[in-house]
Amino acid sequence: MYKIIYVVFYSIFLFVVASLGLYLLFTNQGFRFDVGNVLTNISPYAFATTGIGLAMAFSVVGAAWGIFTTGSSIMGAGVITPRIYSKNLVSIIFCEAVAIYGIIISIVMSNYLKYFDPNLLSDSMMAQNIFAGYALFGAGLTTGLSNLACGICVGIVGSGAAIADAANPNLFVKVTLLNNCINFPWLNATLGQHSKQVQATQVFYVIL
Amino acid sequence: MGDIYDMFFNMDSGYLEGLVRGFKNGILNKEDYRHLTQCDTLEDLKLHLQGTGYGHFLANEPSPLTVSVIDEKLREKLVVEFEYLRNHAYKDLATFLDFIKYSYMIDNIILLITGTLHQRQLSELLPKCHPLGIFDQMETVTIANTTADLYNAILVDSPLAPFFKECISEEDLNEMNIEIIRNTLYKAYLEAFYDWCQRTGGPTADVMCEILAFEADRRSIIITINSFGTELSKEDRAKLYPRRGKLFPDGLIELSKADEYESVKRVSELYAEYRPLFDGTGNNPGDKTLEDKFFEHEVTLNVNSFMQQFQYGVFYSYVKLKEQECRNIIWIAECIAQRHRAKIDSYIPIM
Repeated sequence: MYKIIYVVFYSIFLFVVASLGLYLLFTNQGFRFDVGNVLTNISPYAFATTGIGLAMAFSVVGAAWGIFTTGSSIMGAGVITPRIYSKNLVSIIFCEAVAIYGIIISIVMSNYLKYFDPNLLSDSMMAQNIFAGYALFGAGLTTGLSNLACGICVGIVGSGAAIADAANPNLFVKVTLLNNCINFPWLNATLGQHSKQVQATQVFYVIL
Repeated sequence: MGDIYDMFFNMDSGYLEGLVRGFKNGILNKEDYRHLTQCDTLEDLKLHLQGTGYGHFLANEPSPLTVSVIDEKLREKLVVEFEYLRNHAYKDLATFLDFIKYSYMIDNIILLITGTLHQRQLSELLPKCHPLGIFDQMETVTIANTTADLYNAILVDSPLAPFFKECISEEDLNEMNIEIIRNTLYKAYLEAFYDWCQRTGGPTADVMCEILAFEADRRSIIITINSFGTELSKEDRAKLYPRRGKLFPDGLIELSKADEYESVKRVSELYAEYRPLFDGTGNNPGDKTLEDKFFEHEVTLNVNSFMQQFQYGVFYSYVKLKEQECRNIIWIAECIAQRHRAKIDSYIPIM
């Protein structure tokens, strides 16, 4: 039943978009469809702050996801074998760390925002500032999404670690080592990507 | 996107999965069975069971202990655990656990009808029913005379209603019919369960469809072997085969034409998984019977289902493994009680 509603809405939307486009085309007003104008007129601050917000938001979602995945397994397995509770907190701390990284990155990124007056800038300088806005957006999005994936993965592995620990205490260390291995490539990806983009913005921001 | 089950499974069922795996870790292993087989009396057995996960479950029973009391108490532990799981389950897991219950409900209905045919009182029969299969309309089953009555008056509101489609007829219930009803119900149940697991998809489908396919094939083979020498015609027999196993469709056609044990063996040996089950079985003392081999294979499949995480198969496997353990302990207890220790090692080892 819901499928029909989706199909109806989607087809109405497609029809409206298509008819608007064709109208512009046939009345020789094609120039009005200007993507570049839209992008350059959105303030670079909007892009930059969205990126910063996404960095923190997605990281926290990833961390929360990981925590509930691993936490519910620890609770279940811990009913019969209560000794696993203390050791398996380490898995939850791994997930928590993901959220902290997200916050740190967004604080560091927000320090790069500085004031500029658009009227006093030449066109090429303005172009560089607009690029800086996009760069911060990209950095924030990348950081956020990679933290999201990392949080989910660490949660899934942590849940397996809890269950393995309940069955055989020797397994916990081995599985947690695996958890560490997830963290390092991700950390490289996030921070490396971020720092590359941030260096780009540092060159281009102009203070007036 | 095939891996989304890992991400969302723990939302609803993470705690219960961890709990079931904890239960499974308490299943008796080889050491425990060795201690049990060395017991001399049932009191010894009770003492050894106290050291395992069962604890003091026989503490309040008056001595002398009998095997039926032990049986009842063992089953009670499984029932308590299962009811806890069922009460905490949500959506999909609740449906899954209900499916597990339906097979016990079918057994209970057949027990009650058979008992009524033999003029037993309801009060005698109710304690023999399996506690996991109790449902509201169960007690009124005894008043029905034909399957049409049974369905229209009683079972139409019960959870078993969808499984009754193929068995409704106007004939009176008698000995022969009842077995056919049981097998037809079970066939409909197995097919519905298999289809549900298939639709759920992901690791649940991988694990459960394997187990249920074996169950379907096992029933087809057992029905065929048991029907040699009875008045069950080949067409009727073919209608009882569940159509979800590896033997479907070609093997089932061959099985329905089979006349003796050798032809059944020939058909099954065409399938790689079933060939080793038929090797080395026989009725000589010292050989394993075919049923034993089937039980062993089922135990292997159920233990393997614990290797996958984030799927519902662990709940089904736990129930089956616990049942097998109960059967093992009762076998050992019977051997001890009757002082006939020759075959005491014929239990099926689990872990």
